[in-house]
Amino acid sequence: MKILSIDTSNYALGIGLLDENQVMGEYISNIKKNHSVRIMPAIQTIMNECGVKPAELTKIVVAKGPGSYTGVRIGVTIAKTLAWTLKIPLTGVSSLEVLAASAGRHFDGYISPLFDARRGQIYTGLYQFREGSLTTVKEDRLVMTADWAPSLSSLDKDVLFVGNDLPLHQQVIEQALGVKARFAEVTEHNPRPAELALLGRNRKEEDPHSFVPNYIRLAEAEAKWLESQK
Amino acid sequence: MTIKKEQLILGIETSCDETAVAIVKNGKEIIANVVASQIESHKRFGGVVPEIASRHHVEQMTLVIEEAFRQAEIEIQDVDAIAVTEGPGLVGALLIGVNAAKALAFAHDIPLVSVHHIAGHIYANRLVTEMDFPLLSLVVSGGHTEIVYMKEHGHFEVIGETRDDAAGEAYDKVARVLNLPYPGGPHIDRLAHEGTPEIDLPRAWLEPNSYDFSFSGLKSAVINTVHNAEQRGEVIAPETLAASFQASVIEVLVTKAVQAAKEYKVKQVLLAGGVAANKGLRAKLTEAFSELEDVQLVIPPLSLCTDNAAMIAAAGSILFEKGKRADLTLNGNPGLDISIHND
Ligand SMILES: [Zn+2]
Repeated sequence: MKILSIDTSNYALGIGLLDENQVMGEYISNIKKNHSVRIMPAIQTIMNECGVKPAELTKIVVAKGPGSYTGVRIGVTIAKTLAWTLKIPLTGVSSLEVLAASAGRHFDGYISPLFDARRGQIYTGLYQFREGSLTTVKEDRLVMTADWAPSLSSLDKDVLFVGNDLPLHQQVIEQALGVKARFAEVTEHNPRPAELALLGRNRKEEDPHSFVPNYIRLAEAEAKWLESQK
Repeated sequence: MTIKKEQLILGIETSCDETAVAIVKNGKEIIANVVASQIESHKRFGGVVPEIASRHHVEQMTLVIEEAFRQAEIEIQDVDAIAVTEGPGLVGALLIGVNAAKALAFAHDIPLVSVHHIAGHIYANRLVTEMDFPLLSLVVSGGHTEIVYMKEHGHFEVIGETRDDAAGEAYDKVARVLNLPYPGGPHIDRLAHEGTPEIDLPRAWLEPNSYDFSFSGLKSAVINTVHNAEQRGEVIAPETLAASFQASVIEVLVTKAVQAAKEYKVKQVLLAGGVAANKGLRAKLTEAFSELEDVQLVIPPLSLCTDNAAMIAAAGSILFEKGKRADLTLNGNPGLDISIHND
C-alpha cells in the first residue's frame, strides 16, 4: 500500500506518502506562492526520494476544500487525473477535517479548524476525536466568526481553534468564549498531508470523473442568477 | 532497430469555455477530437463567467480525456507527447488543462509540450492542407485579431494586431445593442446576409502600411447610429445595421490581409480563429484572393475554427519535433506571447 496525498486547497501546500503503517515522506510549505508551479515538482521529488514509482501508488487522497477556489481545483484536477490514469482509487477529505486531525488528536474537547474567508467570515466546522477517530459534530460551512463563536458557548467541553488565519479572528472568538476557547500552537496550524492520507486510507472511493471540489459556496454569478430566477 | 513511423500527440485545451482533448497522428491526421462545450451554461450570463468555466472544466476533464482515447482506440502509453495550451486565456481555466497534462505526463513519463493558443488556431489549417512557407495567418476570434507571419514551422511573428477590441468582441457588443442572444457573432452574420450595408460606418485603417486593427470606434459608431435614430423616432432594421457593421469589419480585415500577403510575398494565407466561421468573411476573402494567383487561401472547416484540441496537438507535433519541451513547473499564462515558440 502506497497512498499519495495532495493538499493545495489553501496557502499551505502539502504532499504526503503513506506506506502500510509509516509515513514515508511529507512536504509542507506555507507561503503565498503559486501552487500550480510547485505542486507537481514537489510530488516528483518526494516520490523519487522515497523510491516510489507512479505505477506503485495504490490510492490518491486529496483535500477537497473548502479553501481557495483556484487552489483546490489544482489539487483536485491532479488527483482526479492521476487516479483515473493509474486506475487506482480516489478519496476526497475535507480540508478542514485534515486541519482538525493535524492539531487535535489528543485534545479532549471539540475542534474548530478554520480558514479565513474575508469580510469577517471563516470556513469552519466542528470536529471531535471519539475513541481515536475523528467525527464531524457540525458540518463544514461558511459563517461569520461573530456568529460562529457564540454558537459554541453552550458546548459541554472546551473548543480548540486551529488554522494559520487564527490571528485575524482570535479576538472575536475570545470575546465570545472566554477561557472555553483554546488555541493551537504555531507549529500545529499547517494541515499535515500524512494526516490527510490517513483520514482517507479506508474511506470510500469516489468516481474520478464526477469528483469535484467542495466549494461550499456557489459561484457569485450562479448565485445571482438563481436569485434572479425567483 | 525499429523506426517508429507514426507520431501520436495528445492535445489538451481549456483556455476558455471548451474542455477539449484530441489525438493527432503525424501532426496532420485527427484520430480523436472531443470538445465539451459549456456554451449552454454561459448563455444565462450573456458571456463566459471565468469561475463557472473553471468549475465546468474540472467536471469534464477526465471524461473528455477518456472519450478521446476511446475514439482513438489507443492507450496513453502509445502517445509520444502531451501538448497543452499554456495561454493566453482565462487563467483559472488554463490551469485545469495544464495540471491534467502534467499529471498524465508524470504518471507515464511522457514528454510535455506547451502550446500558444493562437499557434494552435493557425495549425488547425495543417489538419486540412499542408503548410507552404512563407505564409501569413489572419487570426480572428473573440479574443484576438492579428496577422501572423511565419517564415517556417514553429516560428511566429505578429505583424499586426488589434489596438483595442478583438473583432469577435465587437461582434458580441454590437449583438447586445441589437438584443441578440449570446454569442452574437453567428446571429449578426445571419442577419447581415438578409440586409444591405446601407449605413456608412467608419473603417479604421490607422497609419498607412500598418497592419494593426481597431474596432472600438466602429462599435461606438453603431451605438451612436442606433441612439440617434431612436431620438428621431426612427427604427433601423437590424438586418441593415448588421450588414453595415459586418461590411466594415470584413473590408478592413480583407484589405489588410491582401496588402500584407503582397508585401510579404507569401505562398499561403491561412484563416484561423472562431470568427473564421463567419460566412461573410469567408466569401469576401475567397473573392479577394482569387485575384492573387500566387497565393493560396486556406480556410479550415468550421469545426476546426472554433476552439478544439486537435489544433493544439497539431501545433504541438511540430514543436515536439523541434525539441521543445515543458517541465512540471508549467503554469497557465493568461498573457503568453506567441514568440515564445521562436528559436
Ligand atoms: Zn480560440
